[in-house]
Amino acid sequence: MKKLLMATTAAALTAGMANAAGHSEIKIGVILGFTGPIESLTPSMADGAELAMSEVTESGMLLDGASVTPVRADSTCVDAGAATAAAERLITSDGVKGIMGADCSGVTGAILSNVALANGVVMVSPSATSPGLSDAEDNGLFFRTAPSDARQGAVMTEVLMEQGLKEVALTYTNNDYGKGLADAFQAEWEAAGGTVTISAAHEDGKADYSAEVGALAAAGGERLVVAGYVDQGGSGIVRAALDSGAFDTFHFPDGMISAQLAENFGSEIDGSTGQHPGTDSPGKELFAELVGDAFDPSSPFTPESYDAAALMMLAMQAAGSAEPGEYKDHIMDVANAPGEQIFPGELAKALEIIKGGGEVDYVGASAVELIGPGESAGNYREIVVEGGEITTAKYR
Amino acid sequence: MDFLNALVALSNFVLIPAIAYGSQLALGALGVTLIYGILRFSNFAHGDTMAFGAMVTILVTWALQAAGISFGPLPTALLALPFGIIGAAALLLLTDKFVYQFYRRQKAAPVILVIVSMGVMFIMNGLVRFIIGPDDQRFADGARFLISARDFREMTGLAEGLAIRSSQVITVVTAVIVVAILFWFLNRTRTGKSMRAFSDNEDLALLSGINPDRVVMYTWLIVAALATVAGTLYGLDKSFKPFTYFQLLLPIFASAIVGGLGSPVGAIVGGFVIAFSEVTITYAWKKVLGYLMPESLEPDGLVQLLSTDYKFAVSFVILIIVLLFRPTGLFKGKAV
Repeated sequence: MKKLLMATTAAALTAGMANAAGHSEIKIGVILGFTGPIESLTPSMADGAELAMSEVTESGMLLDGASVTPVRADSTCVDAGAATAAAERLITSDGVKGIMGADCSGVTGAILSNVALANGVVMVSPSATSPGLSDAEDNGLFFRTAPSDARQGAVMTEVLMEQGLKEVALTYTNNDYGKGLADAFQAEWEAAGGTVTISAAHEDGKADYSAEVGALAAAGGERLVVAGYVDQGGSGIVRAALDSGAFDTFHFPDGMISAQLAENFGSEIDGSTGQHPGTDSPGKELFAELVGDAFDPSSPFTPESYDAAALMMLAMQAAGSAEPGEYKDHIMDVANAPGEQIFPGELAKALEIIKGGGEVDYVGASAVELIGPGESAGNYREIVVEGGEITTAKYR
Repeated sequence: MDFLNALVALSNFVLIPAIAYGSQLALGALGVTLIYGILRFSNFAHGDTMAFGAMVTILVTWALQAAGISFGPLPTALLALPFGIIGAAALLLLTDKFVYQFYRRQKAAPVILVIVSMGVMFIMNGLVRFIIGPDDQRFADGARFLISARDFREMTGLAEGLAIRSSQVITVVTAVIVVAILFWFLNRTRTGKSMRAFSDNEDLALLSGINPDRVVMYTWLIVAALATVAGTLYGLDKSFKPFTYFQLLLPIFASAIVGGLGSPVGAIVGGFVIAFSEVTITYAWKKVLGYLMPESLEPDGLVQLLSTDYKFAVSFVILIIVLLFRPTGLFKGKAV
């Protein structure tokens, strides 16, 4: 009797273990700044990533029915020490196979160099945009579904070059955003054969920009590039330039483009151009439908978070393994052409195609296209001001 | 032709903006210098007095605009100016009654009054933000340009445009009128003479029967008028934002000290010295020189002495130089 009991228990155990092997659990870390400066954005970002995971789990297609469990951790956005410790815990105690995160560029770099590299874990950040991360040493482990800020400089150069311009004057708001964007643009522009006649900073919150405009006008140029903020000094510069007749047309990066711009200047800036992140991909609407009222799908970086998690899981399927060292090489493949385009809500279909040996081109909620060292090319809406209205020229 | 182009470019980017800015600084510095001369302390609350006066003017302007009253091609704010002056005068007289009077009776040292005026500055600063908010306010209306750059180019056929904004002309004209009235008042009227007497020698003035309370009251009234006019003109010409008036305090004090604290003529000259140096030193001379020089000598660089980031530093450098070599200022004011 006793032997029988033991045998049954043993059989049950083995069965249980076999069962567990069939429906294994894969853990993915979600490390975002749930406290700190961007704590208002992170809940919907995490929800976005977890939505992709539950979609995959429900489909039962990943690696023969594996379930994906998210494990949240707090990056704090600003405290590199706390973020590193949190990531360390995710890997050593929770045993995550990949990290969806981190969010801010500083902590992302810290986790990458201190934890992810040392443990060989894949990281896909939905929101780190610092150009510095493009050159960071990553052993092919680091990806991002957000474009580097340097990318906008390249797009800006394309837009202006296509209009046949050769000489521009450049002014930027005196902070990390303005300076970074201005430097990125100047490097791209000069590499493409253009000339920057002057690159001058302006301070926000001044009443009078006539001295700055005087210098810009003296340097001259066919167009004035204003890398500033529309509700700050950027508008002051444009106003002073128009008043003194120094420049008639301008080029505006993302910080300048809003309804406020058209309201401030109307048809005075007709013929001006600009670009800001934006996409006409159907992915965005599909994502919004998929989310419904569960959380805010249009909150910044939420679509990117869904895409970051989805990419990791599709790459696992393509590699046939959840081990970071094996699936890291497949992320670029699933993200880019060739293959069937995959939109939000179609993860099950994608898993099935990959399982059948086919190829997918993941488009997702944010029209993902990974370039260079595994970062999003970003999608920009090129605008032109006509009759006092901001109109879409095209998407690129 | 080249010479004309150079002249026009210079006027458009240097002369006209500097003259307008200089007039605004001069009006502000006159207020500071009067308080220093008669009440004998440096009033740090002056920038925020300007903001307060301009704020009242703006509120009345909005009311007038809403009622459909306009001033033809001139900005409605000029109609609202008297109300702004009354508002600022009420504020200053109340502050004097509740704050400065106490310290004056105690014969407090000037340095204590300076600190007191700083406290007053923060309160006024908060008051303005509380009433109108910290953001930019738009209240200019009427014709924007006397002549716009595009029209000028079409009229003259020159390559360079010359833009003259109506606010710049109004600033200069108003400043001239206000200064003329002020000097007439100080030199010709009985009250003005008694104020100067009080400023020159307080004890002697008291002995000869001058009522000190009246002198103090008139000083505040004049300062209120000067501050409101300066604040409103600055807001019209540039933009109204409470914080910029706080920043304006520095060039205003620099103007008053360079000219010689306590000397009205000095305040005016100081205002223009500061304004012209700020603009000319940070101006890139490439274009003007390009027109004037023969082609072979045309400059490649921008020929800019200092980047525009250092605009505020210029007034301080001038201030230090003047204090080192002429501590009483250009026009023999009182030693600081």
